Amino acid sequence: MALTNETIQNKLIEKFGDQVLNFSTASGILSFESPKELNLKVLQYLYEEPILGFTFLTDLCGVNYPDNTGAELVVVYHLHNFSENIRLRFSVSTPIDETAVFTASKLFESANWMERETYDFFGINFIGHPNLKRILNVDEMDYFPLRKQYPLEDQTRIDKDDEMFGRG
Amino acid sequence: MEHQSHITLPKGSIEKTTTTLNIGPTHPATHGVFQNIMEVDGERVVSTEQTVGYIHRAFEKLAERRPLYQITPITDRLNYCSSPINNMGWHITCERFLNLTLPKRVDYLRVIIMELARISDHLICNSIVGVDTGAYTGFLYVMQYRELIYEIYEEVCGSRLTTNIGRIGGFERNFTNTAFTKLEKFLNEYPKVLREFENLFARNRIFMDRTQGTGGISAERALNYGFTGPNLRATGVDYDVRVQQPYSSYQDFDFKVPVGTTGDNYDRFLVRNAEMYESISIIKQAYQKIQNFKGAEAEVYHADVPEYYLPKKEDVYTKMEALIWHFKIIMGEIDLPKGQIYSAVEGGNGELGFYLISDGGRTPFRLHFRRPCFIYYQAFEELIKGGMLSDAVVTMSSLNLIAGELDA
Repeated sequence: MALTNETIQNKLIEKFGDQVLNFSTASGILSFESPKELNLKVLQYLYEEPILGFTFLTDLCGVNYPDNTGAELVVVYHLHNFSENIRLRFSVSTPIDETAVFTASKLFESANWMERETYDFFGINFIGHPNLKRILNVDEMDYFPLRKQYPLEDQTRIDKDDEMFGRG
Repeated sequence: MEHQSHITLPKGSIEKTTTTLNIGPTHPATHGVFQNIMEVDGERVVSTEQTVGYIHRAFEKLAERRPLYQITPITDRLNYCSSPINNMGWHITCERFLNLTLPKRVDYLRVIIMELARISDHLICNSIVGVDTGAYTGFLYVMQYRELIYEIYEEVCGSRLTTNIGRIGGFERNFTNTAFTKLEKFLNEYPKVLREFENLFARNRIFMDRTQGTGGISAERALNYGFTGPNLRATGVDYDVRVQQPYSSYQDFDFKVPVGTTGDNYDRFLVRNAEMYESISIIKQAYQKIQNFKGAEAEVYHADVPEYYLPKKEDVYTKMEALIWHFKIIMGEIDLPKGQIYSAVEGGNGELGFYLISDGGRTPFRLHFRRPCFIYYQAFEELIKGGMLSDAVVTMSSLNLIAGELDA
């Protein structure tokens, strides 16, 4: 029996009830959310349940929605079941002032650096991570640059000294 | 004078039996800047810590203020040994997101360019493995064929390394006859050269001794580490995005997915070599299919999507409407639909994914690149632990780490 998005959704609801929510399918990939306390339980269930078998973590990244008060930061996991060739997107959200989320690096070695990257850019504090420090940015940096509160420079600003930019 | 048999350490210091060795930051040829802080016992590697980020350019932040076309040049600078794959991966992501369908001829032209890019990528990697094991000849010899590939790019898009090739919906111009002539020359000459190149290494005693059994990893660990591409296939897992989730009409082609068994440096070399033969075969099939188009179909090089495909340059310079459209498209004055998409292509060294979130504005709300290099470089310590220092160098080049992709 081929694994379908409906089967996955039903299995998840059967196991976690109303703790897994907001199921939707966009361009063929089933996505859903859960409370952040459950992220490891859900990932482990997806990994270990024989008929689900999402044993490959394709991608892990953060997103910042500044307008979603209480759920400003989101961690998105892209999982892949190779033998059934089906992808899955799973996300948990966390408030910006309390960014603790459990690490997935015990389950997937690949999550190690991806979580470090997410910490580096969004400041999500992965609890239990073996080596949570900045990876791409300099260690001295004291902010999390991909958060929306740090806009890129205004392209129309005129207070710059043109000579310094070869436009004098 | 009293003879001192042993150096007396200052009080309170700890005697170390291993040496800390700082390798880099160096710029080893085209790979980019790497640093490793290694703990070595004699010549054996005890542990290492990789430092990355020396050429981090904040692409994901930049992309948040750029309309679709302005992101293409960013993708050039990911894996710059095969930029056309990145460009087209990005355009394919946009097309999937905007629900555009492309004519078959465009797909086939893209396949030709992407497979040429794969060859040039693998060629660099394999010949550099040769250089690091002491054989410089192969590297110099195959360079002229990379040059030929670059000339074909040049004929199609005007540039060589950071190509910015193609448009959303197709190519900027049709392939010229010169491009096809050069492609034919490549298809005629290159297989022979590749065979020679393979003969130089594959059964070479020194090369085999240096690469067999070094830098190996099991399939299970490789999957757990998120390996994709040739490095994963060298462990025996036949995962290839071109087969699993075909894009650009790869389902129309007949090709094999070569796999290895032990996942060591030698297997990675062999897998990449075998993939180059498959790429040649794909290009031949695609070229054949292109020649089968007749009449008006044989001139198609882009889809009819005026909202996203740039108008012709001569029109932009002479016609008001074309100029306005050009401006609107480049500046992204057409809002994107709301939604999100994850789309992947098989890059030179694995699954290159684009995760695009749009809130309906002119630029992506968030764009994340899944860079295969970044994910599998974490396994470097496990690959080289307990081995010789000189094997670590070979392992690093056979992983095909490209700093541009690693650091984004």
